[in-house]
This record gives sequence, C-alpha cells and structure tokens, in this order.
Amino acid sequence: MKIFKLFFIIYLISSFNNLEASNDDIKSKITKNLRCLVCQGQSVYDSDSEFAISMKILVDKKLAEGFSEIQIYDFFKERYGEWILYDPELNKNTYILWLLPILIFVIGGAIIIKSFIIKKN
Amino acid sequence: MKNKLLPIFITLIFIIIFIFFYKGLQNTSIYTPQTKISNKIPSFKGDLFYSDETINSSNFFKSEKFYLLNVWSSWCVPCRKEHVLLMDLKEVKKLKVVGINYKDKKINAENFLSELGNPYEKIIFDQEGIIAIEWGAYGVPESFLIKDEVIIKRYIGPLDKKLTEEIKSIIK
Repeated sequence: MKIFKLFFIIYLISSFNNLEASNDDIKSKITKNLRCLVCQGQSVYDSDSEFAISMKILVDKKLAEGFSEIQIYDFFKERYGEWILYDPELNKNTYILWLLPILIFVIGGAIIIKSFIIKKN
Repeated sequence: MKNKLLPIFITLIFIIIFIFFYKGLQNTSIYTPQTKISNKIPSFKGDLFYSDETINSSNFFKSEKFYLLNVWSSWCVPCRKEHVLLMDLKEVKKLKVVGINYKDKKINAENFLSELGNPYEKIIFDQEGIIAIEWGAYGVPESFLIKDEVIIKRYIGPLDKKLTEEIKSIIK
C-alpha cells in the first residue's frame, strides 16, 4: 500500500511538471518570435530590458486569459506593426521572400530533370 | 537549347538578387514607428495613483476636451526636462494632461511630483509596464494627443518647445 501511495505522489509531481512545462513552451515560443523594439536585434525572450520584461508579463497574462498564439501576435501587431514579429507573414510586401525559394527550387528541378532526359536520349 | 537557357536563368537570378540587395542598402535598419496615427484608444484597466480607484478606458477620456497622455517615470532623466513644458501645458484651457506612471516606485514618483510640481489631472499607476504596452508605447517619455477617444498624434521621446507649440496650434 505504501508503495502505491509513493507511486501516486511521484505521478502527481511529475504530472504537475508537465503542465508547467507545456505552458512555458508556448510562452517561450511566442516571446522568441517577438522583436524587442528598444534593443533591436534581440528577441523579447533574449532581452532583459524594461520593455521586454513588460512584454513577457503581458504574454503571460494573455495566455492566462486564454488567448491563442495567433491572437497574441495580432494583439502586438495592432499596436506595434508587423515588424514586431520575426516570422514575416505572406502579404504583398513579402510574397517574393516566400515564393522565390520555391520558384528557384522548381526551376532548378526542371533543369536537372531536363538534363537527365537529354542524357537518356 | 540547354546551353542557351542556363546562362539566361543565372543572369536573371543574379539581377533579381542584385536589385533586392541594392534596394535594401537604402532602407534603414532602425525601426521608426509611425507618428501620425488615428486609432481608437485601447481598452485598459488600471489603478489611479492618489486613490485606490480602478479606472476603465471607456470612461476615462469622456470629456469634450483634448487629452495629452504622458508616459513618465521618476527614474527617467529626459522626463525631468520635459516636466517644465508639461506644467506649461497644464495652463492650456482646452487640454487635460493625464499621466501613466511607468514602472516606478510610488515614493520616488511622489517625491518627483512634489519637487517639480504635478501637471497631471489624473495619473494611472502602471507598475508592470503593461498599460503602456496596451498603448503601443516604447518607453519613457512618450505622449499621446487624444480627442474624442481617438489618438490624433503620438510623440516618442521628450517634448520640446517646438512640439508644445505644435500641440497648442492643433488644439486651437
């Protein structure tokens, strides 16, 4: 019986840890994608400036309020513009950035396939 | 066919890359936020400085007058310089000066105000810096000119003589 109790306690503790970790994961994922605007070149996650500390507290609060990752990004985008996100979205300013690698990949593939066909012939 | 196409593609790609980098040279890498905005004020909740009253954004900017919301702190050196101008703006009839006390200790802020005077009609106490972010502020000092619950203009950094004259002319 004692062993059961012990296992139960260990199970409880470990499950608490998991709960904490998953919330932290999302938080660090979000803060890594947010740019610290007063210390440019650093993410909010990396920075310890006053601005970044406040942003981290706010991300925590929004997560506790049940905001999703995208909703939090939208919240910051509305206030600071799209520049605050490290991961650029697909829009009219960034479509070349997203499509050029695919285009080069396709063209390169076409060249390789073509050269194979020519070789076979 | 193959021999003709390949150099064309390569030069084309190089030209595209060149244009991109060349254009990129002229862009500044320092982010300057927009100063002319006309956004609705954000919704926020906060505690007032001199009372324990909690205020809500929906009834804070109700009056017909213009509002100047100033983000300040006692530890911020430029705020000290700016303070004289705020005291001056306090005398303008059509304007209400309100403050957000950003990441400050209450005692220090009180000393600051008793030393230099209090231009603010109301002060929101923002110890965690969260309300300032709700406003899209970068730091201290920063000011927002508000009319009818719309942000007309924002001033990043300390106000100076020229900017206060600008504010006065906007109000008139």
